[in-house]
Amino acid sequence: MRLLEIKNLHASVGGHEILKGINLSVNAGEVHSIMGPNGSGKSTLAQVLARRESYEVTAGEIIYNGKDLLALKPEEAACEGVFLAFQYPVEVPGISNAYFLRSALNAIRKYHNQDEMDAMDFLPLMREKLKLLDMDEKLMNRSVNEAFSGGEKKRNEILQMAVLQPKLAILDETDSGLDIDALRIVAEGVNALRNPDRAMVVVTHYQRLLNYIVPDFVHVLVEGRIVKSGGRELALELEEKGYAWTESAAPAGAHA
Amino acid sequence: MLESKTGINQVTTATQELNCYLEAFSGFEKSAVGNNLPWLRKLRANAFARFCEVGFPTSRTEDWRFTSVSAIAQTQFQLAPKTQRLPDVQALRSYGLTQSICRFVFVDGHFASALSSVGNLPKGVRVGSLADELALNGPALDAHLGHYLDTQRDVFSALNTAFLEDGTFIYIPRGTVVAEPIYLLFVSSEAGVPVMSHPRNLIVAEENSQATIVEDYVSHGTGIAFCNTATELVAGDHAVISHYMIEREHTQAFNISTLLLHQGRASNVASHSVLMGGGLVRNNVHPILAGEGAECLINGLFIGNGRQHLDNYMLVEHASPHCSSRQFYNGILDGHAHGVFHGRIIVHKDAQKTDAKQTNRNLLLSDDAQVDTKPQLEIYADDVKCTHGATIGQMDETALFYLRSRGIDESSARRMLLMAFAGECMERMRAGAARSHVEEIVNAYLSQIVAKSARFSEEVAPVKKSREAVG
Repeated sequence: MRLLEIKNLHASVGGHEILKGINLSVNAGEVHSIMGPNGSGKSTLAQVLARRESYEVTAGEIIYNGKDLLALKPEEAACEGVFLAFQYPVEVPGISNAYFLRSALNAIRKYHNQDEMDAMDFLPLMREKLKLLDMDEKLMNRSVNEAFSGGEKKRNEILQMAVLQPKLAILDETDSGLDIDALRIVAEGVNALRNPDRAMVVVTHYQRLLNYIVPDFVHVLVEGRIVKSGGRELALELEEKGYAWTESAAPAGAHA
Repeated sequence: MLESKTGINQVTTATQELNCYLEAFSGFEKSAVGNNLPWLRKLRANAFARFCEVGFPTSRTEDWRFTSVSAIAQTQFQLAPKTQRLPDVQALRSYGLTQSICRFVFVDGHFASALSSVGNLPKGVRVGSLADELALNGPALDAHLGHYLDTQRDVFSALNTAFLEDGTFIYIPRGTVVAEPIYLLFVSSEAGVPVMSHPRNLIVAEENSQATIVEDYVSHGTGIAFCNTATELVAGDHAVISHYMIEREHTQAFNISTLLLHQGRASNVASHSVLMGGGLVRNNVHPILAGEGAECLINGLFIGNGRQHLDNYMLVEHASPHCSSRQFYNGILDGHAHGVFHGRIIVHKDAQKTDAKQTNRNLLLSDDAQVDTKPQLEIYADDVKCTHGATIGQMDETALFYLRSRGIDESSARRMLLMAFAGECMERMRAGAARSHVEEIVNAYLSQIVAKSARFSEEVAPVKKSREAVG
C-alpha cells in the first residue's frame, strides 16, 4: 500500500530554495534511507514532512495516506500518524517529560475519538517502552530534554515514537553524536517498531546506522534533488566512494 | 513669560489634584477610629503633611520613571464609605481558598465581620481588624505601627499612613506555628463614584514563629477604584514567614501596594506577588535584612494584557552581615500591556558577606507589549556577592513546533509553554493551600488569555489573506 507519495516538491527557507523537485514513493512496511552531504536538503525534507510552517513549499505535492499532507497543520499531521524524530530534540523547560508524552498521546487519542489516558493507566505503558530503550524512569520527571545528554535526547525521541505508534516515522540523523552502544540501543528500539503497516524514512549522513536499521531502499540527496536510488548496497558504495561520486553522476540520476 | 505661565499652571494642577485628599482628610481626621490617641493623630497628620508637601510622583522621579500615576492624580476620589450592601458569602466563595479556616474579608477597605471567620488558631495568636485594635490601643501598635514604612521616601506610604484606620492586625507569639494560611480578601465593590481605600496591615511574627499570609485583591462589580494598600511585616529572629500578594481586580482599578519586611536574625521570609488584574498596578516590596543571617526570597509573576500597566518595584536593603536575598520575577505581556521590573539592592557598609541575586525574565507575546527592566545595585560593603540578569524574549517557536509535532494543538501547546514559564515562579512557593490557590488562579487565567488570542488570530487571519490577494 502506498503510504507516502512526494511529487516534484520544491521548498524554500527564508526565500532560499533548498528542495528543487523531490520525487519519492514509500509503501507501508518499507524502510527508506535518505543519504546526502551536509546542506543537501535532508533535514528540510524531514521538517517539511512534519509540517514546519517556516519551511515554505513553493511547488509540488505530498500525498500521505490518501490525504494532502500540505493542507495539514503539524498537530494534524502528527495525529494522522506522521512522526519526526528531531535531529536536535528541543529542550522545553518547565514541562515534565512524562506530562508532555501523556499530553501528546492523549491529543492523538482524542483526535481518534478514543478515551484519554490518566496518569495511572499511562504508567505501565511508559515503563514498558522505557525498558525497550534502556532508559531511566527518572528522566520522565525531568523537564523535556533539559540537561539530557545527546544519547538521552535521541533515546527520548524513539521513546516518544514507541508510545505514539506513528504510521510514518521520519528519523532525522538520529545517529549523529551517538557512541556505538547508544547507537545500538536506539537502532534496536527502532527495529522493534518495524512492522508491515508502518513506514520509516531514515535520514543519515553515514551508512553506519544502516548496519543496524537495514533499509529496503537508499536514496541519495544532493543539492535538493534525489540523484540516485537503489538498494542497501548503494549505501555501502557511497561509504566507499564518498558523495563526490554521486555528484558527478547527478544529471543521469536526477532525470531518470 | 511662557515658562512662568506653565509654572503657574502646574502649581494650580498640583493643588487641584490634592483637593479631594484635603477634603477627605479633614473629615477623616475628625471621625477616624483612634483619633483620641495622640501618637496616632500625630502619625496621621505628619504623614498627610508629607503627602501634601511632595504630591504625586512624576516621571522625573527616578523610582517612577516607567510608571505614570497621572491617571490617579487627576481623578477626584472619595474615601470609600462602609457599604450597606455586602456581597453575599456565596459570591465570595468563587474567589477560592474556601477551605481556609482563618478568613478575613474587607470590602472597600472596611472589615466585614459578617463575611469573616477567625477559625481555630493556635493559642496566643491574634488575628483581627486593625480598627478594633486601634480602638483598644493594643500594646503592639505603639511598638510597631508606622515604625518601618518609609513615609519620607515613598509618598504612597505617606498617603496610606495618613488614612490608616482599617486592615488586618496579626500577632503570632514566640515559637508558635500557624499551619494553615491566613487568608485576607480585599474586595472593591461598586460605588458609583471613584472611590479610594487605604487598607493597612500590621503583621507581627515573634521569634521562631511560622505563618503564611495571603492578601488577595479582587473586584466585585465595576467602577473606578483606587486601592492604596500597605503592609508592615515584622519577622522576629528565626521566624519563617510566607507572604502572598495577589492582584486580580478589574482593569478600571488602580492598585498601589507596599510590603515592608523587617527581618530579624536568621529569619526567613518569602514574598510572592502575582499581578494579573488591575489597570494601573504598582507593587513595592521592601525587605530590610536587619538581623545577621536573614534570608529573603522575593518571587514575582506578572501577566499583563490589553492596556494594563504592571510595575514591580523592589528595594532590598542588606543592613547586616551574612544575609541573602533572591529576587526572581517572570513577566508575560500580551496586547499593549506594559510591564516594569525595577530592582534596587542596597548593601550597607556593615553588611559583609551579603549574597544577593536578581533575575528577571520576560516573555512578550505581542509586538505592542513592552517591558522595562532596571537593576540598580548600590554597594557600600567590600566583601559581597551580587548578581543580576534580565532577559526579554518571545515564545520559543521551536518548542512550540516540537509540541505540535507530537499532536498537541497550537492553543494547548501555547498554554503549556506559558504555564511552564509561569510555573517557574510557582515552583518557588512552598507546597500547600496557598500555592494551590495561586496555581489554580494563574492556570485559569492563562487558559483564558490563550483562548482569547486564538479567537483573535482566527478573526484576523481571513483579513490578512484577503489583503494578500489584493496585493
